[in-house]
This record gives sequence, structure tokens and C-alpha cells, in this order.
Amino acid sequence: MDHFLQLLASGVVTGGIYALVAVGFVIVYKATGIINFATGELMMLGAFFAYTAMTAARAPFALALLVAVVAAGGLGALVERVVLRPLLGQRAISVIMVTIGLSSIFKGVAQMIWSGEYRSFPPIFPRAPLVLGTVILPSRQVWPFAIALAAILLVGLGFRFTRTGTAMRATAGDQQAAFAMGIDIRRVFSLSWSLAAVTAAIAGVVVGTIGGISPQLGAIGLRMFPVVILGGLDSIPGALVGGIAIGVLENMAGGYLDPLLEGGGVKEVVPFVALVAILMIRPYGLFGTREVERL
Amino acid sequence: MAEGPAAPTDDRAILAVERLSLSFGGLAALAAVDLRVRAGSITGIIGPNGAGKTSLLNCISGFYRPDRGRVLLDGEDVTRLPADRRAALGIARTFQSVSLFEGMTVLDNVKLGAHVRQRSGVVSSMLRLPWASREELALREEVEREVFDFLEMEHLRRRTVGSLSYGLQKRVDLARALAMRPRVLLLDEPVAGMNEEETEDMARFILDVQEERGITIVLIEHDMGVVMDLCDRVVALSFGEKLAEGTPGEIQKDPEVIRAYLGEAA
Repeated sequence: MDHFLQLLASGVVTGGIYALVAVGFVIVYKATGIINFATGELMMLGAFFAYTAMTAARAPFALALLVAVVAAGGLGALVERVVLRPLLGQRAISVIMVTIGLSSIFKGVAQMIWSGEYRSFPPIFPRAPLVLGTVILPSRQVWPFAIALAAILLVGLGFRFTRTGTAMRATAGDQQAAFAMGIDIRRVFSLSWSLAAVTAAIAGVVVGTIGGISPQLGAIGLRMFPVVILGGLDSIPGALVGGIAIGVLENMAGGYLDPLLEGGGVKEVVPFVALVAILMIRPYGLFGTREVERL
Repeated sequence: MAEGPAAPTDDRAILAVERLSLSFGGLAALAAVDLRVRAGSITGIIGPNGAGKTSLLNCISGFYRPDRGRVLLDGEDVTRLPADRRAALGIARTFQSVSLFEGMTVLDNVKLGAHVRQRSGVVSSMLRLPWASREELALREEVEREVFDFLEMEHLRRRTVGSLSYGLQKRVDLARALAMRPRVLLLDEPVAGMNEEETEDMARFILDVQEERGITIVLIEHDMGVVMDLCDRVVALSFGEKLAEGTPGEIQKDPEVIRAYLGEAA
């Protein structure tokens, strides 16, 4: 039982971080109908921004996180303006290809600036682990989880309760009608990319504090697909539930099945088994809009 | 009823379209169409399918940019403005196929229409929470009074739009446009697909909007009964060209119009 609870708790904690990555996908998809394949690389860049602020400028973590957020927000808006705006009205598949191209460019640029070397953040969080009964969670997982959760909550509330959020939801619902209602949909697109880059950067930073960073960190982005699909491509609560579900599933599979197999590795595979199952049963995810399946 | 010294023969046009041309890959959707819409009137645009009615409406609301010609709102050239800016200037529209924000309630949909008139910045609106916002409350009250009571839909407030009948969805679409407090309201087939009772309700609301609010209306409609009953002026289009213009009675007797319609039927 203790083993189960331990696996469950670390699964939830990991899943919260997955959920934040998924939110980055969801924001762009909601606004523009595009799956942003450069999300992982935006995470990676965000992590490097914070890392550089901490090591080169000796900034405290909170400031470094802020630097990453501002820089990523600017980068997101810039990418939208320079690369994606001219493609407005093109077929979704062309734009998706462009995001794949962007991911390669980001990776290459990161390699040029920071080299391919693997780096670790300096120690950041207090060492004391979180003890809940028999469950012990290391602080280097609990803090990132808390940051991720706070970020998701902020984005979710912003979407629901602010005028800008309402404009973004309206644009997601019906672009034409939003345009006719006087909503500046170009600004909504720009804000969406900006916000998605910000959430990706925060996710990148917290992932980086756990496992270190390198230009390859973005590979995690694609591993988040089961989360995004399970939750539904256009739902923020879905991203949260999907993230935690996949986190728990992964951890349970790793905890119970990996020891039984010679090579292990079930943990990495299980989310994708789940992905295939979801696509067969409920292609629009748990919380997604039904018509999403057209992609 | 002429008013204003500058227009002895023609009443003030709140909306004017001058020599408007639009083509899609060589196919002319509109060919030098002229239109003057008198303030406070209801103008009907009729014509067979593919005559360019919706293209004309899209050029007026800013969804299409014409190849040539101008669109003037109260004398001001808006031809180069995008749709959101024209909405802010007072052009509202509804859609032929209902285009509501699916997951939201009726109230949220209608309030979105009213948002166009709020002029607070992005950041301040981002930081403003609903319970803190006086502007939001005032807006809510105004929408209740001016739109929900007016269109007899108080009972629908909390419903999500997806759960409404087609006729009611069209009414919400009208409500949302009305919440924008437009100067000109463009209606793209407001009674299409409605049953007789829904059609009568909608026709009555359209007349109320014109008479009680003084809003100028331009509508596209295939239901000739509705067009003849509601409109002060009717414009008939065919293959992107203006075939005829006049009172409903004149249009009904116009040989060109009759030929266009019969020609299509034959």
C-alpha cells in the first residue's frame, strides 16, 4: 500500500509538470487551430534563459524565472509576427510544418549559443522533502510541481475571467464571429503565441531544475502528446487532468511492471499505448471539442 | 423627409457603396455595384444564389476587401479598415449559418457583443477581476435591459447556446449584434430555415429594432414575404450586378427581376 501511495504521489507531481507543457500546446491550438511542434524547444530556450540569468548574472531564482518569462513572451510574439502572421489563411498543415522547422532552428541556435553540453541548475529549492504520512516527496519535485500548478491556475483563471481571456475564448470558438464582434484577432493570435511561449518557458525551467538542461531538452515536448490528446487539444482543465493521469499511469507502470521485465522501459512506452487507445475510443479527448478530430 | 441642406434629392446615406467590384480568380462576384442606404431604413438585398449578396455584405462588414470601389460609413471611407475596426465604428452583422460561441452561455455570447464598446487597455483588462469591475456590472445591466428584455429572451440567459433550437440561436445572434449598439446592422438571411412562427417573431423583432432603436438595417433574404413586408427599399442583384432598385412594389413588377428569377427557375 505504501508503495502504491508513493507511486501515486510522485505520479501526480510529475503529471502536474506535464500538464503545464500541455497547456502550452492547448493555448496555441485554441486560438489558431495549429499544433505547435516547437513547444518543446520553447521550453528548452526558456530553461536556458533562466539558467543564463542565474549563472552569468547571478540572479536569484525568482528573478531568473521572471527573465525567462519576459524573454519567452517576447520571443513568442516575435515568432508569431515574423513567421506565422504572413502564413495567415494558409492550410493548417503548412503552418504545422513551419513549427517543425522552427523547432530545428531553435535547437540549432541553442547549440550555437550554449553548446550541446549538459548543464545543471545551481541548487535552488530548500532541501527539506515533503512528508505526507508514509509518502515522501523530494523538494526538487514538489517545488516545480507547485510552480507548474500555480501557472496553470493563473492561465485558466485568466482565460475565464478577464476580457482578454474572453476575447481569446471567443476567437477559439468562432474566428469569423469574433472578428465581426470587434475583436482584433491578430492581437489574439500574437497574445496566444506569447502566452504559450511563457507557459512553455516556465515548464522548461522547472523540468530543467529537476533533470538538468541541454539543447535536447525539447524532446520532452513530443513526449507530451499523450497528455494533450487525452485531455483534449483545446481544453485547459483537460490538460491538467490529462497530465496528472498520464503522470500517474507512467509511474505505476514503471513501479509495477518495469521490475518484471528484463530490460524495463515500460514507463516510457505506456503513455503511447494509452495514446493509441485514446485515439481509438475518444479521439477528441476527455474534455476536447468533438470536431477537433478533423485533424 | 429630406433633411440636411447638402442632399436635396437624396436623403442622407448612412451607408454607401460606390462602384464596388470583387472577383475570385477571374470570376466576378461583384461588378461596379452602387448602393445608398438611407439612415433609419430597412434595405433588402435579393437575388438568385450566387448573385453576390453575401459578397456584398462581406465587403461592407470588412471580411472581404474589394478590388475596386469604396465603402462609406456616414461619409467616412472605411474600405481599408479590417472587420474589427468597422465593428467598433458601428457596423454589426449576423451570419447566414449561425456562428455563436458554442461552449458559452447566451449571456456570455451577448456580452461579447457589448465588449466592443469598452475601451480599456489589454493590461488593465487582464488584471481586472469580474467582482472588482464596475464597468462589467454596468455592462451586464445594460445588456439585460436593452437586449434581453427587448428580444424577450430573459429565460435563456444561463442556457448554453448549443442547447437552443435553431430559431432561438438566430435570435441570440441578433441579440449579440444588437449589444454592439450598431449604427448599421447587416442581417444575412435572418429567417432562413425557420418555421412560420419563428419567422413571424424574427420579422417583428427586426421591425422593432428599426422603429424603436432607429438602427439602419440591411438584410439579405430569400423569403419574399418577409422582404416585401419589412423593407423600405429593395435592391436586386444578379451575377454580381445591380439589376434593379426601388420600393418593394416596384421591384415585384420589374421585368428584369422577374426574368432573372424565372430564368433561374427554368
